[in-house]
Amino acid sequence: MQKYILNRLLQGIVLLFIVALIVFALSRATGNPAELLVPDDATEDEIQFIEHQLGLDRPYHVQLFIFLSGAIKGDFGESIAYKQPALDLFFDRLPNTLKLMPLSMGIAVGIAIPLGVLSATRRGTWIDKLASSIGVFGVATPNFWLAIVGIYIFSVWLDLLPPGRMGGPSHYIMPAITLGTFSVAGMMRLIRSSMLEVLDTEYVKLARIKGLPEWKVFWKHSLRNALIPVLTLFGVFVGGFVTGAIVTETVFAWPGIGRLTIDAVAQRDYPLLQAVILLDAVIILSVNLVVDILYAYLNPRIRFD
Amino acid sequence: MAGDRANTKLPRLGLSKEQQGELAYELKHLPWIPLIIIGIMVFAAVFAPILAPYSPTKQTLRDKLLPPAWQEEGTSEHLLGTDILGRDILSRLIHGARVSLIVASTALLSGGVIGGALGVISGYVGGKVDTLIMRAVDATLAFPTILFALLLAVTMGQGLLTVVLAVTLILWARFARVTRGEVLALKTNDYIALATIHGCSSIRIMAIHIMPNVFNTFMVMLTLHVGLVILTEASLSFLGAGIPPPTPSWGQMVADGRAKVASAWWISIIPGVAITMVVIAFNVFGDWLRDRLDPKLRQL
Repeated sequence: MQKYILNRLLQGIVLLFIVALIVFALSRATGNPAELLVPDDATEDEIQFIEHQLGLDRPYHVQLFIFLSGAIKGDFGESIAYKQPALDLFFDRLPNTLKLMPLSMGIAVGIAIPLGVLSATRRGTWIDKLASSIGVFGVATPNFWLAIVGIYIFSVWLDLLPPGRMGGPSHYIMPAITLGTFSVAGMMRLIRSSMLEVLDTEYVKLARIKGLPEWKVFWKHSLRNALIPVLTLFGVFVGGFVTGAIVTETVFAWPGIGRLTIDAVAQRDYPLLQAVILLDAVIILSVNLVVDILYAYLNPRIRFD
Repeated sequence: MAGDRANTKLPRLGLSKEQQGELAYELKHLPWIPLIIIGIMVFAAVFAPILAPYSPTKQTLRDKLLPPAWQEEGTSEHLLGTDILGRDILSRLIHGARVSLIVASTALLSGGVIGGALGVISGYVGGKVDTLIMRAVDATLAFPTILFALLLAVTMGQGLLTVVLAVTLILWARFARVTRGEVLALKTNDYIALATIHGCSSIRIMAIHIMPNVFNTFMVMLTLHVGLVILTEASLSFLGAGIPPPTPSWGQMVADGRAKVASAWWISIIPGVAITMVVIAFNVFGDWLRDRLDPKLRQL
């Protein structure tokens, strides 16, 4: 078990290193990074000063070392637009994104599990058809557009909910639903197919033969086992959450890390963008690590491998 | 009934009765609605300059924010209305179809070919090469590739090439994974062993004996991913990291109308409907093609 955790940890660090390497290489391969690091109206002298300060006049391997050692210490440079260390900006905004998480996850799971289970246990009925049409539309509808349609219906037309920005509880409803819908379709399909597989196993047949009520067979015996593959893909859902946060926070002017990312893109704020990407990578990889360990704990076959 | 109609309509083809029946059956079970939507989109994209009533970038501020023709204040001169700068939405929609299709075809080709090739190599060669490629695939699938797309947009600048590169980065891993699985199954066939005994080089086996056999899967994968690419391009353009304005792109058009939902809903809503319809059409068509050509992919 220890060896397994250590192995995963090492893999995570290697991946993080590769992400850092790509960020480093992209800024160098596509021109002078000093120009990315200064405002557009900087003079030639200012550019040269930055070049010297960052060691850009030195060989690449020295530059890489400077960049990596800075990143490890949490020094990602200063945001051009905000004139603040990029790290501080990230951690200022992170809580706002995390505040959306419980509600949106709750919405996603609250829709995906019942629909997934019902569509598997009542194949071919109206509920199965409903679930599969939600799947078809959910995959095909752009979420940013769905959010705008939501604003049009609930803020403009019915005047029930605020169209954006942070505030009281009512401000959370639409952003959380938008963010939640990012994973609903995928999660539902996964639960459906995994349920269908479980329903076909011997132990479910036995549970039925011994006369357990159907609901107990479905919701207790089958669902528990059907959820294992969902847990494995939890890491992928976290990645989807980051993408979702970027889109949702852009539409609803929500001051979280997603909005910060897009601000950095819009203002060509390279130091900030690079910090956001590396820190997002750290978060995603840590969550994946925790999920892997949990998974090994729950599934002895991996632990003893 | 279907057989009768086939008899009256198809005698010139010189087919036997059974064949006619089969053909009628096939025609009846083609996914017609998706095919019509795809047909309209491709037609609009190819003939955009002829079909569009106005230039997609021409600004007429006098006519700005006109609602669609069926609204009270709408005019028949701008069937789908105009945007904040007085550009004709129908014309922008038609030209936007072109952008979507160009991005989709180039990105699918590059992502598909790179991913497919790596998948064949990974599956056939196996060992350390396989482990390395598959780890890269896992990492790509777990990481939100949109972040790299944004990074590319900032370092390389916005443009068609940037979008295609970003989408390629998203696609290759999916193609590599599926192709590898397919090759692993093919490898156990006797004819591969026979080719090896005959002294064929690995490259020859991969190119001549394996690739033609994964072609069906490849085509199905291509079709199944058109929708995803159109959506990704729209999202990137919406976020300001896709095709730069004033070139019309559907995602960009949705973003244009975002601040004006209250007074001019049509600017955002209409292009979104177009995106949804086209993506559903491609997905349904892809599902149909998969069921016809490669039913084992269904579990994916």
